[in-house]
Amino acid sequence: MSTVSPATDLPRINGRLRSALSARSRPPRANAVSASVTFGWRAVLKLKHVPEQLFDVTMFPLMFVLMFTYLFGGALEGSPRDYLQFLAPGILVQSIVMITIYTGTVLNNDLRKGVFDRFRSMPVWRPSFLVGAMLGDLLRYTIAASVVLGVALILGFRPAGGVLGVIGGTLLVMLFAFSVSWIWTMLSMFMRTQESLMFASFLVMFPLTFVSNIFVRPETMPSWLESFVDINPISWLTTATRGLMSGDPNAGDIGMVLIASVALVAVFGPLTMFFYNRKE
Amino acid sequence: MGQNAVNAIEVEGLVKTFGRLRAVDGVDLSVPTGSVYGLLGPNGAGKTTTARMLATLTKPDAGTARIYGHDVVQEADTVRGLVSMTGQFASVDEDITGMENLILVSRLLGFGWRDARERAQELLDAFGLEDAADRQVKTFSGGMRRRLDIAASIVITPEILFLDEPTTGLDPRSRNEVWDIVRALVASGTTVLLTTQYLDEADQLAERIAVIDHGKVIAEGTPSQLKASIGAGTLTVRLRDPEQRPHARHVLEQALGVSVEMGSDPASLLARVGDTGNVANAFSDLSQSGVELTEFALGQPSLDEVFLTLTGRPAEQDEQPADQSGTEEAA
Ligand SMILES: Nc1ncnc2c1ncn2[C@@H]1O[C@H](COP(=O)(O)OP(=O)(O)OP(=O)(O)O)[C@@H](O)[C@H]1O
Ligand SMILES: [Mg+2]
Repeated sequence: MSTVSPATDLPRINGRLRSALSARSRPPRANAVSASVTFGWRAVLKLKHVPEQLFDVTMFPLMFVLMFTYLFGGALEGSPRDYLQFLAPGILVQSIVMITIYTGTVLNNDLRKGVFDRFRSMPVWRPSFLVGAMLGDLLRYTIAASVVLGVALILGFRPAGGVLGVIGGTLLVMLFAFSVSWIWTMLSMFMRTQESLMFASFLVMFPLTFVSNIFVRPETMPSWLESFVDINPISWLTTATRGLMSGDPNAGDIGMVLIASVALVAVFGPLTMFFYNRKE
Repeated sequence: MGQNAVNAIEVEGLVKTFGRLRAVDGVDLSVPTGSVYGLLGPNGAGKTTTARMLATLTKPDAGTARIYGHDVVQEADTVRGLVSMTGQFASVDEDITGMENLILVSRLLGFGWRDARERAQELLDAFGLEDAADRQVKTFSGGMRRRLDIAASIVITPEILFLDEPTTGLDPRSRNEVWDIVRALVASGTTVLLTTQYLDEADQLAERIAVIDHGKVIAEGTPSQLKASIGAGTLTVRLRDPEQRPHARHVLEQALGVSVEMGSDPASLLARVGDTGNVANAFSDLSQSGVELTEFALGQPSLDEVFLTLTGRPAEQDEQPADQSGTEEAA
């Protein structure tokens, strides 16, 4: 037997087809939560079948931790190990926030496929498609965070905040990343190509992550640069995460991050839904 | 559901423009419940655009469309509960498996995880896809993909199923399989709106056909009405002995009751026949009168002939490829 397409004898199929068609029982409509979870499941399946996607969320963070620790460590803090205590929370912020860009590009690609038409012609809660994609992102963030923190711990990162501090910091970073991802979600609604979306996202994210307090202490910068760093929400997030992980959480810093997150969702959430509903 | 009195699909003056192009230009349709309705037209005629408006995927610029009395714009959500669409370009997820695709759709329609899996398995069996259940759809053949696509559309048997060119690009066997599926669906009470470029497909499946060209319906009726207006096809006869041509021509004209042309080949005769019933008589009359034949063939009228007859010009191909991915601003 060779593996050509399965031999089909029509009479047999027709019998089964008729019984499959007569199964007319109709379950109650899927509610918003179960539809979102189902789309989240789809995102996980995609990771399973196209594991290359994981490359970006694991290799880049890994590279960043190693590169910056050894490149700047000696110069900035005396030794790589000392620098790592400062850098690790920041590099976590940078890795996760950078990954949010994939939300947009993956979605942008998805929206162009024929299967999106099927979803849209079905009686399901419309935003569930987007919420599901974001649930899938949470998995990406978790994987990336594990890689960054795992490597940092191996290299000698010793957070004084303990397990709880590290988990708290990571959750805060994920919450912020979720909020930022709405920006890319919105852009993905009308950007023509994945490449242009990727380019636009990097154009925003590179300055925001580098001109922050992730890599260097702002006191060493010229004052105009320092004032930018101080109003950069990525800096707030980094400061708050450092606080949590070093066992010295600061309610004010955390509050700023929460406010920024809520503001991002409040602005870009409705905008996204507006463009999404208008999509043809 | 008390929907007997209402037509399954009722369309009036439907218009969709893309820039300056009127892709759908005032289409009227009435599709009775429980039948197959064929939308026949060449590339770029506006078939897909029409089907997409009916499936709530695109908003019309003018006109109304009702599904069992529900407006496709105002009551889109209700309409989505009644229809299913199998798009021209595979509306299944290529990256995941056949099984996963069907579970996905079942879940979205409200099945629990276990029921979704059962329903998926049942459909895979029914469509002869059980062996391919765990393969990514991108490894499927065109015919398998089509079947999966249709299976995904009937997880809950819809009141109306839109099938957009379901057999384009399929080999004859796969095409027959799809036809059988459509027949089984209609037997179970589903109304099917089928778009196609093939007259014989519309003829095989549809109870009524609308011929559409440049966004307008240029003819509507049952296949037999349509064929009567254009002739059932062309009869080609080739003689062993060209000398017999005048005699054979006379016999044929008597039997068919239409005028018979001499072909450019000195041994051939051509006739456009309206009623294929006479063709058998013509054959026996010819052999009784001692005419020896090398060919006696009845060809179905092609879409080209339909267009030639209806519009006086051949069906022209659209210059631009009708791809989906927005040429919107290009217009
Ligand atoms: N999104 C779009 N933007 C711009 N033009 C479009 C769009 N969709 C369709 N068109 C144009 O509208 C016309 C009708 O297209 P449509 O896809 O409805 O034709 P069709 O009958 O389905 O053709 P085919 O047999 O090739 O599938 C074509 O000229 C096509 O180029
Ligand atoms: Mg089409």
